[in-house]
Amino acid sequence: MSKSQLIGRTIAELHSLIKAKETSCLEITEAHIEAIEKGDERLGAFLSYTFDQARAAAAHWDERLSNGEAVPLLAGVPVAIKDNMCEVDTRTTCGSKILENFVSPYRAYAVEKLHEAGALILGKTNLDEFAMGSSTEHSAYKVTRNPIDPDYVPGGSSGGSAAAVGAGFCVTALGSDTGGSIRQPASYCGLVGMKPTYGMVSRFGLVAFASSLDQIGPFARNVEDCALTLLAIAGHDKRDSTCLSQSYRDQHAKPALTKAFIQEFKSRSAEENLKGKRIGIIKELIGDGIDDDVKAPILKAAALLEKCGARVEEVSLPHAKYALSVYYLVATAEASANLARFDGVRYGHRNMDAAELHAMYYATRNEGFGAEVKRRIMLGTYALSSGYYDAYYKKAQQVRALITADFHKIFENFEMVVSPTAPSAAFKFGAKSDDPIQMYMSDIASIPANLAGLPGISLPCGLADSNMPVGIQLVGRPMSDASLLQAAQGLETALDLKLVAEKIKSN
Amino acid sequence: MALEAVIGLEVHAQLKTNTKIFCSCPTAFAASENEQVCPVCLGMPGVLPVLNKKAVEFGIRTGLALNSKIAETCRFDRKNYFYADLPKGYQISQYEKPICLGGYIEVNGRKVQIHRAHLEEDAGKLVHAGAAGLHCSDYSKVDFNRSSMPLLEIVSEPDLTSPEEARLYLTELRNILRYIEVCDGNLEEGSFRCDANVSLRPVGQKELGTKTEIKNMNSFRAVQRAIQSEIERQTALIEKGERIVQETRLWNEAEGKTHPMRSKEEAHDYRYFPEPDLMPLTISRQWVEEVRKSLPELPAQRRQRYQSDLGLSSEDAAVLTETKELSDFFESSLALEAPAKAVANWLIGPATAYLKESKKEFCQTALTPQNMADLCQAVSSGKVSSTIAKQLLLDLMAEGGDVAKLIESKGLAQVSDEGPIKAILQEVLDKSPSQLADYASGKVKLRQYFFGEAMKALKGKANPQVINKLLDEMLPPVAAG
Repeated sequence: MSKSQLIGRTIAELHSLIKAKETSCLEITEAHIEAIEKGDERLGAFLSYTFDQARAAAAHWDERLSNGEAVPLLAGVPVAIKDNMCEVDTRTTCGSKILENFVSPYRAYAVEKLHEAGALILGKTNLDEFAMGSSTEHSAYKVTRNPIDPDYVPGGSSGGSAAAVGAGFCVTALGSDTGGSIRQPASYCGLVGMKPTYGMVSRFGLVAFASSLDQIGPFARNVEDCALTLLAIAGHDKRDSTCLSQSYRDQHAKPALTKAFIQEFKSRSAEENLKGKRIGIIKELIGDGIDDDVKAPILKAAALLEKCGARVEEVSLPHAKYALSVYYLVATAEASANLARFDGVRYGHRNMDAAELHAMYYATRNEGFGAEVKRRIMLGTYALSSGYYDAYYKKAQQVRALITADFHKIFENFEMVVSPTAPSAAFKFGAKSDDPIQMYMSDIASIPANLAGLPGISLPCGLADSNMPVGIQLVGRPMSDASLLQAAQGLETALDLKLVAEKIKSN
Repeated sequence: MALEAVIGLEVHAQLKTNTKIFCSCPTAFAASENEQVCPVCLGMPGVLPVLNKKAVEFGIRTGLALNSKIAETCRFDRKNYFYADLPKGYQISQYEKPICLGGYIEVNGRKVQIHRAHLEEDAGKLVHAGAAGLHCSDYSKVDFNRSSMPLLEIVSEPDLTSPEEARLYLTELRNILRYIEVCDGNLEEGSFRCDANVSLRPVGQKELGTKTEIKNMNSFRAVQRAIQSEIERQTALIEKGERIVQETRLWNEAEGKTHPMRSKEEAHDYRYFPEPDLMPLTISRQWVEEVRKSLPELPAQRRQRYQSDLGLSSEDAAVLTETKELSDFFESSLALEAPAKAVANWLIGPATAYLKESKKEFCQTALTPQNMADLCQAVSSGKVSSTIAKQLLLDLMAEGGDVAKLIESKGLAQVSDEGPIKAILQEVLDKSPSQLADYASGKVKLRQYFFGEAMKALKGKANPQVINKLLDEMLPPVAAG
C-alpha cells in the first residue's frame, strides 16, 4: 500500500488495514511523517515534532499486535497534541517565549491516556500564546494556516491541532477549549471538534489558562473518530480535584460513552440517531451578529434534523448577551493568577540583567509574554482589584450562574440546543488581529457552554460565501457527551458532506 | 487620659500531617534543601492541588478544641502576590469561608474570644547567600521544602488586654494544640509562629484605635516584651499628641525595640478570589462528630478534674497541666496506683526545680511513671527516707534506672534497726557533753541537733521515727522551768 493511500483515513479504516495485515503501525507513522515533512512548512501546524518517539511506539505496537494481542482503541493512530499539554522529553511552550525551553518531567493525563490507547504522537501543535486567541495569530513562534485555504486563519486557539487534522498530518488531535478554542477552529477548518462536559477529562498537565473553563477535547474528521478519541482520554484522575469521580460518571452519564455505543450509533441511519430528539435552536444566536452566510447552512441543517425526526423549536437563552463580558472577566481573572507562576525564578525565561527581584520580574514577564497575554493579565488583575471585585469578578460569577440557569431551564424540555459554532466562517490573516473586541466576538456562540460547563460539539454543516466551512454546534446537558455524539453522528450522516476528505485527496 | 491596650494575636500553627497540604511530599525534617519537593509544591505549569484530608481533620480537631463552629462548607481562595518563595505567585488560603468560626480559650478563668481559624499552605524559604540578611547578599537561594506545608492560622479577637495575658493565651493555645496532637508548637523551628496586633484607646471608648502589627518574635517572652514595648511606644506618641501610623513593625530582640518594616513600594492588594482548582469543601456533621469523639481530654478539663476529683489546688493543677508530657506522666503514674498528691508534690517540687536548673524539658529526662510509682511506694513503706527519695528522683531524672535496684546497689535502704541507730546516737551524745547539759537545762530545741548529727552519721538513711523514739529514751530529762 502506498504511503499516500494511508493519509486521510479514519480510525476504523486504519484498524481494518492493520488487522488485514495490509499495513503496520510503523508504515502508518512513516506515511504521516512524510505528509508533515511535505506540507507543514507551508501550514505551520506543529511547534515541535516527536517522530522518533512515534516510530518507537509504532514498533512497540506492531510487535504486540503481531503477538495476537487485541488492538487497543487508538493503536496505530497518528495524533497530535496542542503544545499546552505536558509531555516528557519534549518541550511544552504554550506558544510563548516565556516557556521557550521548558521540558516538563511529567505527562498530562490526557497524553498518558493517548499512549495507553496505542496512539502515535507525532508532535505538538501551534496555538495562540497560552491559548489566548481565536486565530492562532498570537503564537510567539509562527502563524498556522487553514488547510482548506492558506489565506485564511485556522481559528484558535487550537489552530495547530485543527490544521494538522485538516491537512491529514494526523487522524485526530487534542485541543483545549476555554471559550471555544476547539469548536471554533473545528468550524473554521471543516472538522468535528468537541469540548466535553467540564471534569470529563483531567486537566492534570494542561497548562492552565482559566481553570474553571478549560477542558481538553478532540479534533477529528468525523464524529466516530472524535468519539473514539474522547473515549480514550476521558476518565477519573485523582490529581485533578475538578475531574469527575468514577461513581459520579456511572451515575450520571447515561448512556455512557463506550466503544459499543459508538459502533452502534455509527451503524445506524440518521433517522435512527435523531428520531424523537428534542432540540432547541437558540434564538439569540441565530439573529443579529451572525453572518447571513452562516445562518443559512445552520437553518438548513436544522430543517434536516427535523426531517430526520427530531423536534426542533426555538428556545431563548436570555442572558446569552452577557456571556462574552462574563467570560472576559472570569477567564482573565483566573488567567492573571494562573500565569503568575511564570516569574523567571524556577523555570522558563529569565532576564539575567536585572539587578534585583522586582526588576527581574518586570523584565522577564515583559520579554516573555506577548501583547494579548499581557492585555488579559491586566484585565484580570483589574477585575480582581480591591474596590472593583464586586462590580466585575463577583458580578460576572453571578451572571454566569444565570446563564447556567438559562440552560438548565431549556434542558427541562430539550435534550440539546443548536447554534452556529461561530458568528462567521474563517477570516483572512490580519482581518481581526488589530481589533481585540472583534476577535473576542468570534467566540460569542461557543462561550456559553464553557461558562455552564456543558458538553459542546461542532461539526461542518455547509459552506459560507467564501467557500470556507461553516460549523454547527450542539450543546447538551451535563454528562450527555455520548448522546451529543450520537446526535452529531445523525446529523453528519444526514448531511453527508465530504469537505475535508476531498480536500486532503486533492492535495 | 487613661489608655488601655487592645491586643489581638494571629498564630500560624504548622499541622503535623505526614504529607503536605496539596501534594504528597513528606513533611518530615529534610536533610538538604529542595529535597522534599514535587511539581505541585514547586508550582510547575499544568499541575494541580489536591487537598490533604488529614489537614482538614486537624482543622476540625483544632476548631472543636477551641470551641469554634465548624463550617458546613468552606472554600479555598487564592491570595495573589509575587515573591520568590511563593512558587505559584499566589498562596492557597481561605478568605471568605474559613473552616473554623468563633470560639474561645480560657485564660486565667476568662474566655478570650477567637475570631476564626483557616487552612492555608506555607511558602518556601529564602536563603540569602554571602550575608545574614537580604541586604548586602550577593544572591538568594530558595528552599521549597516548606512550600505547601499545612498551616492553620488561628486569629483571636482583639480581646487581650495586657502583654502578660497575651503570653498566657499563647501558652494555653500551644498547650491545647499539643494535647490534641495537631502541632509541635515549636517556636524556634517555626511550627508555631505568632504576630501581634496592638492598639490603644482611652479607657471606656468602644472604637478601636489605630493598630500596628508586630512580627518576628521567636519566643513567648519575646511576644510579651514586644507588645509591652509597642504599648509604651504608642503611649508616648499619643501623649505627645501624635498619631499612630498603621504599619507592620519588626521586633528586634537584641535591642528590645520594634522598628517599622521597610515600607513596600505599593500597598498590597491580594486580589483574593475562589480557588477554581479546588471544589468547595463540605464537612459532614458525621465527620465532625467522629473527630469530636476522638478528642483527648483538654488541659482545662484536666485542671478541673485534678481539683475536683484529686483534691489538688488550682495552682498545682495548673502546673501539672502546663505541658502535655508532664500531665500525661502524672496520669500514667496514677494509673500505676501512685498516690496523686505525692506524685504531684514530687513533680511540682524537686522535679520542676531540676528542670529549671538543668534547662531541660520534661520529655528529655529519663524518669518513667513506673519509677515514680516505685518511689512513692518506697517512701510510704518506709523503705527509703524522703531525703533519700529526693536524691533518687534526681538521679532517675538524670540517668534513669530501676528504683529497687538503685536502692540495693547504692545501699540506700532506710535503716530502722534500733541497734546501729542506738550506737550512733550514743556516740553523738558522748561527744557533745555541753549540748547535752544545755538540753537538760531547758534548751529543748537542741533535740534537733542530736537528731541531725545522727542522721548525718547514718548518711540520711535512718528511719526518722526510730531516731525520735530512741531520742525519747536516751535524752536526759529536762529541768522544769
